[in-house]
Amino acid sequence: MASLKALKVRINSVKSTQKITKAMKMVAAAKLRRAQEAAEAGRPYAQRLEAVVASLASKVAIGPGSSPLLAGTGKDQVHLFVVATSDKGLAGAFNTNIARLARRRADELIAQGKTVKFYTIGRKGQAVLNRQFRSSMVHGIEPGDLGKLRFADARGYADDLIARFEAGEFDVAHLFYATFKSVLTQEPTEQQIIPVKIPAVPAGEAAVSAVTEYEPSEEEILDDLLGRNVAVQLFRAMRENAASEQGSKMTAMDNATRNAGDLIKRLNIQYNRQRQAAITTELVEIISGAEAL
Amino acid sequence: MALHFELVTPERLVRSEEVHMVVVPGTEGDFGVLEGHAPLMSTIRDGNLEIYKTAGGNAAETIRIEGGFAEVNERGLTVLAERAE
Repeated sequence: MASLKALKVRINSVKSTQKITKAMKMVAAAKLRRAQEAAEAGRPYAQRLEAVVASLASKVAIGPGSSPLLAGTGKDQVHLFVVATSDKGLAGAFNTNIARLARRRADELIAQGKTVKFYTIGRKGQAVLNRQFRSSMVHGIEPGDLGKLRFADARGYADDLIARFEAGEFDVAHLFYATFKSVLTQEPTEQQIIPVKIPAVPAGEAAVSAVTEYEPSEEEILDDLLGRNVAVQLFRAMRENAASEQGSKMTAMDNATRNAGDLIKRLNIQYNRQRQAAITTELVEIISGAEAL
Repeated sequence: MALHFELVTPERLVRSEEVHMVVVPGTEGDFGVLEGHAPLMSTIRDGNLEIYKTAGGNAAETIRIEGGFAEVNERGLTVLAERAE
C-alpha cells in the first residue's frame, strides 16, 4: 500500500501531465484551423491544374515520343513509395496508419515479385518502415514543421523525384499521405503520381476546349505541366498531412487529458480512504489508551 | 464590360476580381486579354502581370509572377503561377 505522501506526489504528477496535454490540445486546435485553411486555399490551384492536364492529355496521343511522366517507362517492375508523414509524434495513430498502409501495399507488390523502394518524407514514417525494409530505403527527408512548408520545398522534393525517375531508378511512384476528412477522421490515402493517372474529362469540358488556341503547342504545354503537377500533388499531400496531423494530435491530446482526469479522480478516492483509515487508527489508539487508565 | 480575372498559386487564391484588361507575359510574347477574348492556353515566363482596372486609366497594377500558365475561356482569364508577389 502506497503511503499518503507517495499518493500525493503521484496525484500532483498526473495533474501536471494533464496540464501539458491540455495545453497541447489547445495548440493543436489553433494550428489545425490554420492548416485547414491552408489546405483549402491550395485546392483551386490543384483542381485547375488537374482539369487542364486531363483535357490536354486526352488530346495528345500517347506514343513513343511523349513524356515518360505521362506514358510511363513501359514497365512496372520497380515501385517507389513516397511516404509522407510528420517529424513529430504525439499525434495518435496518424503516422502509424500511413506507414501501415504503405507496408501492406509493399507486401502485396513484393508477393507479386516486384521491387519496392521507399522514399520517406518525415522522420516518424521512416522509423517505422526502417524496421522491415531497411535495405530498400532510398532517401529520407525531414521536413520539420509541416505547417510551415512552402511550395518551394515541395518543388525541391519533386525535382529530386523526377531526376531519380529519369535516371531509371524506378518505374512507378506512389504517394502515401493522410487525407483530412474531419477532426475525428483522417484517411490514409495512396495515390499514383508517376506516371500521371489521367482523370476522366467531364463530357462538357472537352467540347469547349476544342477551339482553344495553344501557345506553344499542346505537347509542349503538357510536358511543362506534368513536371509541375508532381510538385503540386506533393504539396497538396503535405498540406493535407499538416491538417491531418493537427486533427489527430488534437483528438489524441483530448483523450489523454480525459484519461488523466479519470486517473486523478481514482487516486483522490484512494487518497481520501487512506487518510480516513489513518485517522480512525489514531482515534482507536487514543480511545484504547484512555480506557486503559 | 469587365473581364473576370483569377490569379492562383499553389498556396492561395491571390486575386479574383473584375478588371478591364490584363497583360500576361507569355512564353512566346506578352499578350493582353480583354473581355470576350478567344479561348487560349499559354505557358508563361517569369515576368510582370499588368492589370488595368478601367478602360481609360493607365495606372496599371503589376504583379510579379513566376512559372505556370494562363488559360482564357468563356468564364474569363485564369493565371496559375507558382509564385506571385
